Amino acid sequence: MGLRIRGRAWKLGNNISTDHIISGKYKFKSISSLEGMIPYVFKEVIPGFHEKVREGDVLVAGRNFGMGSSREHAPRLLKLVGVGAVVAESFARIFFRNATNIGLPVITATLVPRITEDGDIISVNLEEGVITNESKDVQERFKPYPKEILEVIRCGGIIEYIRKYGSLPW
Amino acid sequence: MTLTEKILSAKVGRRVSPGDFIVIDADLAYAHDGTAPLAIKVMKENERLYRVHDPSKVLLVIDHASPPPNVEVAKVHEQLRSFAREFGVRLFDVGEGICHQVVAESGLVRPGAVVVGADSHTVTLGALSAFATGVGSTDIAIAFALGKIWLRIPESIKVLLDGKLKPWVTSKDVILNIIGNVRADGLTYLAAEFQGTALKHLSVESRMTISNMCVEVGAKAGLFPADEVLASWLRIYGADNGDELSADPGAEYKDELNFNLSKLEPQVAAPPNVDNVREVSEVEGTEVDQVFIGSCTNGRYEDFLLAAKILKGRRVKEGVRCVAIPASRKVFLELLRDGVLEVLAEAGCFIAHSTCGPCIGAHLGLLGPGEVAVSTSNRNFVGRMGHRDSKVYLASPATAAAAAVEGRIVNPKKYLS
Repeated sequence: MGLRIRGRAWKLGNNISTDHIISGKYKFKSISSLEGMIPYVFKEVIPGFHEKVREGDVLVAGRNFGMGSSREHAPRLLKLVGVGAVVAESFARIFFRNATNIGLPVITATLVPRITEDGDIISVNLEEGVITNESKDVQERFKPYPKEILEVIRCGGIIEYIRKYGSLPW
Repeated sequence: MTLTEKILSAKVGRRVSPGDFIVIDADLAYAHDGTAPLAIKVMKENERLYRVHDPSKVLLVIDHASPPPNVEVAKVHEQLRSFAREFGVRLFDVGEGICHQVVAESGLVRPGAVVVGADSHTVTLGALSAFATGVGSTDIAIAFALGKIWLRIPESIKVLLDGKLKPWVTSKDVILNIIGNVRADGLTYLAAEFQGTALKHLSVESRMTISNMCVEVGAKAGLFPADEVLASWLRIYGADNGDELSADPGAEYKDELNFNLSKLEPQVAAPPNVDNVREVSEVEGTEVDQVFIGSCTNGRYEDFLLAAKILKGRRVKEGVRCVAIPASRKVFLELLRDGVLEVLAEAGCFIAHSTCGPCIGAHLGLLGPGEVAVSTSNRNFVGRMGHRDSKVYLASPATAAAAAVEGRIVNPKKYLS
């Protein structure tokens, strides 16, 4: 996947949990199919999200995005409905792992999450570590991924990385 | 070195420091019916990964929605059974228990082990002085197939617990108090290491409750040292009790937190966040529709024994349902033999065999619009246990049992002092 992302912002608050992204009670309704869970993504936070989101859109959140359950369905579903990246002030560690493992870029930033409003145009350059809110004309540098993780993202996930290189990075 | 650095350094074969990325062998990897299907899918889609590196280091547990509440789940359970048969992997089937509990009871986890589970509450096993952490389905697919896991070495934080709890206060109140103080992202990426004079009074079961909820403050692990208390426990469960294991004196910690347990009163996490913690007096009188005693947090023998002390000779308040679900068949049987289940049944509790069930809103007691629950589980997010307008207060088994009797939140002190 590309290392540049550009899309509309969806603004979210602090402590967005994996339950918010895909609730356990809906997950168990269609546990055998990831596609079957799509209508329930953010169901109790942003009704109709799966129909409104466009390819490449960027979630912009506050602190501790992805807290709670380890369910990998959360980042997978976000990627599946078209989310191009998640920007937040901080991430819960299992969400960070899972997103990395499946090739969904997650970016830790401070200024952009604070000034961004719904619908702003956000662009990200993962290699250079730059995120821009084009609508507000605000640019921020972030610590780029270690080179191994950047390669995982470029491959589209750690499974694809293993397929290409034959082993885990590091 | 901290306990975390000691365990991980021993595993890598050289001294590691916080921030290092490593790939290590996992001593044990497990997944359940909520996360294994995705792991199996990842394995099936990749020829190189459709194998099991070492079946003795892999476990599957059917626990999240068990027995199946619908046909979709039934299909998934069958998929787990078929995977277990194909690769000779041990499967804990319907009713055997919640993964963290059955793994603890299995005797397969010894101090110093590295354990990964596709469930955030894998941190529970830190009570056995193992480095145990929750990971995703892809991680577990790799661990099943290759026996490996990638990790970033976390910084460690020392959490000193001193003093002794009052009879109506439990380790659940301790961890809720810690969560209220450090907040939901307070220990993100850190390994919490518990020490202090209170440890000798804390059973392994109580420690499991504390380690279990370390993930609610973002911690990567929550470890207790391997001491006498743990050694006696391990002997009962047939684990090689191993050597004593603790951090080096003078180990470098990122920070230190201090808690005095002697003064603590019962704590409650009010909706809709786990870190919205209050002393029970602040929410006293809140009316309750359902009480749930169970889960990987508080579904152990001592939890039900405490609840039974309160429920003995009393009735669950009319109009309130009290759901009691032991965390494993072993716990269920011990409670049955000792007459504890009889006490609960006579009081009017609904008792079920082991499942995560209501904690994740899967089955056996979902909440309707506007309903209020007191639950001994670990999360109270919006809609977690049912309708989006229902509310969940997290509390100890004592506070939960007292709420079942009175139909409102009260301090359980009057029943236990």
